[in-house]
Amino acid sequence: MTATPGTEPLLRIQDLTVSFPTEDGLVQAVREVSFDVYPGEVVAIVGESGSGKSVTAMSIMRLHPKGAQMEGQILFDGTDILSLSEKEMRALRGDDIAMIFQDPMTALNPVFTVGDQIAEMIVTHRSIKRGEAMSMAEDLLGKVGVPEASTRINQYPHEFSGGMRQRAMIAMAIANEPKLLIADEPTTALDVTIQAQVMEVVRDVRELTGAAMLLITHDLGLVAGAADRIQVMYAGQIFERGTTNEIFYESQNPYTRGLMHSIPRVDYVGTRLTPIPGAPPSVLALPAGCAFRPRCTHAAEICREQPATLEHFGPTPTHMTRCHFAAELPPLEGARA
Amino acid sequence: MTDVREQAATTAPGDVGSVQFDLEAEGLSIEAKSFGRQTWDRFRRHKLALVAGFLLVTIIVMFWVGPSFSSYAYDQPNIPDRSKGPSLDHPFGTDPLGRDMFVRVLRGGRISIRIAVVVAIVSTTLGTLLGAIAGFFGKWVDLLISQLINLFLIMPALIILFVFAIRYGNEINSVSILLGFLLWVNIARIVRGQMLQLKEQEFVQAARAAGAGSFRIITRHLLPNVVGPIVVQATLIVGTAIILESTLAFLGLGVTPPDTSLGVLINDGKGFLRDRPSAALIPGGFIVLIVLCINFLGDGLRDAFDPTSRRVRE
Repeated sequence: MTATPGTEPLLRIQDLTVSFPTEDGLVQAVREVSFDVYPGEVVAIVGESGSGKSVTAMSIMRLHPKGAQMEGQILFDGTDILSLSEKEMRALRGDDIAMIFQDPMTALNPVFTVGDQIAEMIVTHRSIKRGEAMSMAEDLLGKVGVPEASTRINQYPHEFSGGMRQRAMIAMAIANEPKLLIADEPTTALDVTIQAQVMEVVRDVRELTGAAMLLITHDLGLVAGAADRIQVMYAGQIFERGTTNEIFYESQNPYTRGLMHSIPRVDYVGTRLTPIPGAPPSVLALPAGCAFRPRCTHAAEICREQPATLEHFGPTPTHMTRCHFAAELPPLEGARA
Repeated sequence: MTDVREQAATTAPGDVGSVQFDLEAEGLSIEAKSFGRQTWDRFRRHKLALVAGFLLVTIIVMFWVGPSFSSYAYDQPNIPDRSKGPSLDHPFGTDPLGRDMFVRVLRGGRISIRIAVVVAIVSTTLGTLLGAIAGFFGKWVDLLISQLINLFLIMPALIILFVFAIRYGNEINSVSILLGFLLWVNIARIVRGQMLQLKEQEFVQAARAAGAGSFRIITRHLLPNVVGPIVVQATLIVGTAIILESTLAFLGLGVTPPDTSLGVLINDGKGFLRDRPSAALIPGGFIVLIVLCINFLGDGLRDAFDPTSRRVRE
């Protein structure tokens, strides 16, 4: 389900720059990010903490703290989200665009039953009686694999385990059959044993509703099985993008490669993990030239002098990378023949 | 036990490789209860609150229907019978004008309860509203309301009450509403503090992402989380109001003779505390009883409204 030329993108982000005023000056958390999400596809944004991936996602919902300045365009279904009134925006949130939050422990209201909260999501956007919404909630809970849904809807979040709560969150998100699901680190707060189950649920409901999904994560392993296309973000910029195969097997970016070398792999017996040295730069003091230069193994003089641009690489239109030496990097270890 | 339940709960039917439990067979299935039923169940576990609630209802019913069973009226003097101790005919004795103390205590209790309820409603509404707005919106709104709270804290309440009573009349209803306007600050401070903490929780962001506006978030998502502290504070205010009213009555504000309140009765009785202590102790005992009952009731209600308290007292 890759980008098919000809179809209109569901979401088109163009030159999005998000900056926050702080005591130390204006901080650009996202810098000129552009990408498209087509109907029904899964696009992942991958990056370390502070790379701007969550800020990008929140921009689509327009849920930034007050004072955030957004430039550029976010076109959803043809309308520019940044020009909508607050009221029009509220009608969109939870209806056409829904979000799955990271921490199901705190994202559910402790004093309402789970069924109440799912029903609330429905009645906010549709003129439906509460009782009817409750039976829809029961239905939804069943769909996301919560056993005994009819009793579970009358229970409170603290009576649910972490995985069950995340399922309830997913049920809430799909309650109004959104066109776009934003999942912000949906499995980060869960036990590893539950992560796979929850991802399976996410995949199932996505197939069920046909929604497109924007998956925000730092977990490359999660992305491999779930995403159609990947955007790798670093220091507020997209460093590389491509289909999942292109990123995993033909990456032509030192940062993406660094990320991949930091994941343990079962088929690399006896080799040590190579972490990326150093820490991501502070967005307040970005290095001159390429933002990744101080940590890059391939850095040269030009990287200091001039920032790299996001350029097409290889034969496909989907693969783009931001590196002065993209063409000179050796082929990826373990790449397909 | 809990572990098994957890494990069973996180296991979706049809999951490959995960252990399946027959919930019914294990006796672990969870029964569904409505919100009202669960709240009642939690309240019922609080035995003291249950007794307090029952006692309070009894006292209130007695205050309202009691006088009609007596052959005396609260404002009917009977000089030959004056200043008597408790007897069969006058179970609480008589006052210096020969009025039956039993009927007067019931009458006074009725007025005191009425004042307490009005004060509690006015101050709780006002305090919750202002506290919620201050805590949720922050910035200059918070600054304004917080300063208003500080202003009310430093204002000498008695003097305000005096000035207003002189200007706007000395009627019970207006005095109780005024008391309500003076007692809202504690609730406002508590609600504000809770709001400051709650609004940072992710479920608020989730509610926004679900398309809820500020008003809906405050009323539907945040305030239900503060019901516990509000209920407790409201019960405390009932006690404060009854006691403050007696102070006011002492100063000649509020209730005017021949009408009476529990506070007025204590005040009347304090003159002959040595000869007939019952004249002050009986109305005083009723105040203590009412305030205690309401506090225990508040305790029970707080636990009842908190869904997470389910396992605490089992």
